[in-house]
Amino acid sequence: MLHTLLRSIAERPGIFSGGIEPEMLKITAGSPIATPPIAPIYIVPIKQHIGEVCTPIVSVGEHVFRGQKIARSQGYVSVPVHAPTSGTVVKIEDHAIPHPSGMGLPSIFIEPDGEDSHDESLEAICDYRGRDPGELRERVRVCGIAGLGGAVFPTFIKLLKDQRNPIETVIINGIECEPYLTNDHRLMLEKPEAIATGLDIIMHMVGAKKAIVAIEDNKADAAEAIRSALNSLPDMEHVEVRLLPTRYPQGSEKQLVQVLTGKEIPARKLPMHIGVLCQNVGTTFAISDAIIRGRPLTERIITVSGDALPRPGNVRARLGTPIRFILAQHGLEHFEDTHLLHGGPMMGERLKNPDIPVVKSTNGLLAMHSETMMKAHKVEQPCIRCGHCGVACPVSLVPNLLADQCRNDQFEKAESYNLFDCIECGACSYVCPSNIPLVHYFRYGKGQLAQITRAKAFADISKERSEARGTRIEREAAARAAKRKTVRTKHMPKPVDEKSSEEKSDISADPKGDGL
Amino acid sequence: MIINLSSPHIHGGDSVRMTMISVILALLPAAIVSVYLFGWLAFLLITLCMVTCVATEYISLRMMGRPATPVGDGSAALTGLLLALTLPAYVPWWMVVLGSIIAILLGKQLYGGLGHNLFNPALAARIILLVSFPLNMTTWIIPMHVGTTMVDLYNFSDCLNLVLFGPESIGRTLDAITMASPLGHIKTEWSQGIGVTEALRSYDYSYLDAFLGREAGSIGETSALALLIGGIYLLARHTISWHIPFTYLATVAILAAIFNTVDPAHYASPLFHLLAGGLILCAFFMATDPVSSPVTSTGRIVFGIGCGILTWSIRSYGGYPEGAMFAVLLMNCAVPLIDHYCRPRVYGR
Repeated sequence: MLHTLLRSIAERPGIFSGGIEPEMLKITAGSPIATPPIAPIYIVPIKQHIGEVCTPIVSVGEHVFRGQKIARSQGYVSVPVHAPTSGTVVKIEDHAIPHPSGMGLPSIFIEPDGEDSHDESLEAICDYRGRDPGELRERVRVCGIAGLGGAVFPTFIKLLKDQRNPIETVIINGIECEPYLTNDHRLMLEKPEAIATGLDIIMHMVGAKKAIVAIEDNKADAAEAIRSALNSLPDMEHVEVRLLPTRYPQGSEKQLVQVLTGKEIPARKLPMHIGVLCQNVGTTFAISDAIIRGRPLTERIITVSGDALPRPGNVRARLGTPIRFILAQHGLEHFEDTHLLHGGPMMGERLKNPDIPVVKSTNGLLAMHSETMMKAHKVEQPCIRCGHCGVACPVSLVPNLLADQCRNDQFEKAESYNLFDCIECGACSYVCPSNIPLVHYFRYGKGQLAQITRAKAFADISKERSEARGTRIEREAAARAAKRKTVRTKHMPKPVDEKSSEEKSDISADPKGDGL
Repeated sequence: MIINLSSPHIHGGDSVRMTMISVILALLPAAIVSVYLFGWLAFLLITLCMVTCVATEYISLRMMGRPATPVGDGSAALTGLLLALTLPAYVPWWMVVLGSIIAILLGKQLYGGLGHNLFNPALAARIILLVSFPLNMTTWIIPMHVGTTMVDLYNFSDCLNLVLFGPESIGRTLDAITMASPLGHIKTEWSQGIGVTEALRSYDYSYLDAFLGREAGSIGETSALALLIGGIYLLARHTISWHIPFTYLATVAILAAIFNTVDPAHYASPLFHLLAGGLILCAFFMATDPVSSPVTSTGRIVFGIGCGILTWSIRSYGGYPEGAMFAVLLMNCAVPLIDHYCRPRVYGR
């Protein structure tokens, strides 16, 4: 009862608990999106989304067109991968991808022919309002669209018109609360019509009546652009552009839904369970491109910035472009005393080498001076329990207690303190006066817990199997014994053969000898 | 070399050192008032405490073979300052040194250093001194500008002699230069059957004097005004949250108000309780010590209420005139339990 009461008090629109206000450093907000020249080579990893790995369907030496499918999806949670330009497949081998471990993944290397000719097999659908949502959804899947905000969850899965969980409100996420990043901002300024069309397509696909475009107040010009683009489309009176105060991590799906609707997404549920669908503006743009122009996802907008970069800016980068090539375009060729970040400074991971390609999740590339990084990553000091982390936590965890538990390998306890509800936004580490890398501890704890769960599942299966084997052996032995008995009774009237038949049955009674 | 490469890659810039320095800054008004009231005695006391605490921290770290860098974080200096402000103006020098060593060695380093102590080190040392040397710890020097002082506290050599060799060295008896604190006075009067109102009249008590600090007591506890200035600075800087001070003071005030209405002869008024003794110092600086208080907002509210109930109860029924220190120390024990049960509701659950 108290629980429900507390929750009803907490659930009101306009705010999310916690959060921080870091320096935004949006130095590239005024730089128009540039189109870099074609790179000498493109490295396309066969998996760029959350879910199952794809299978390459091209072979070395084969010519491909831009937008041609080069790896087909396997399983439900998966989307295909397309060639970023026309050219020749030169090799298919493992290559490093943006991942903190520096791990590799099979990648398709394409040498461009310079023509950049498109694969024209997909027709443009301009009358999308008259089409079946299922057909459009298949198009979104075929075009390889995954959430471009950074999570890269296959988009078509979210675009399901589900009778059990009807979508009432579509939320277009133009928050972009990470410092430095301006890719969504520029996209909204430069392509507001396409985003408005994308929103219209999404609303048609899920049958939503209402939509909100959420933008933080440091991008008022973008909000104005979207507003006027929406006005030029028919039937958009239920679409609202809302300007929200700047606060990190407002762009996180959970927090944004809370701010706009006042409702919380229940633990282990999706936004659709409370009738909400969230899409990033970049994804919305990609959807409109896929439907209206029949173009698969082969490029995305990224912000190239950081205090060690001579010429920061925003670029329309093809997926697979080596990061070294992009940074060279912005004047960075030597990487001494420089650290590369993939994504924003709050949630992005550090790249160990610049030959990694741009993928669907790349929303930013930051080149930071070593000193700047040193300032942020000071030596950890003991926790003084000031509680600032708990105040900053947008999901109301108690980060310092959780970190203690993870450090002391009390993983089950950490799980009972809701470790898995952590969204890894980094607000706790940001405010910590002791420079404790709290998020790092949480990732470690989650990893260890996942391993424990896997090991437990494996042990359970093994146990089940061994028990099944035991019962099977027992059953077979019983069956043999029964058979032996019938054979014996059959042969009983012949006392002459008694001895030989006994010998025989002795052999068959030995289960080991029989089984082998 | 970068040890950790995990996100986030930017930091807000807050540090333990800044936190400690801000608390020391917040205590400065009280320290200045103490020097104004108790002259060189207060100055010597504060210096001796801070120097001994820092030295003890340094020596114990070196003895344990640990790097001495934590000395620079300012926590030992803060402990020294806090301890000094809770002591009476005249305490023999060796008692001050002993208290400082107890604070750092027993109160902090034996638990594992900064962040691991169960009790507030300064408070723990203060309590150990109080129960070990009850006489010295409850004799209050008559401050300057209050009544007639028999010793000039602005005279450096007199003060130094007093601290080093005792009151006889300057030709005075202890009784001649000391007086009772308001809390102590009403306690002794009540034991002789004299009611609170009567006792305060005979003490010549005034709320304004108590607010400004013109009364007997521990050197840093007398001036509610100076402490409030520091407390508000800490609140504004978000070094402390409002939960503990507010609930602590409110609980004492509410309890005092209820009982004062029922029986004004026995129970003192809420304002008297708020201004008396170490309550304000405890509420803003001791109970809010982050290490030994709960981390969650709900927990802090529970903690503050607990401190309030205990403080008022000890003052009204206990053997000691002042209960704030005991209350905070007792509630420190309950912190792990409070932390476990007072976690906030997690998003979506």
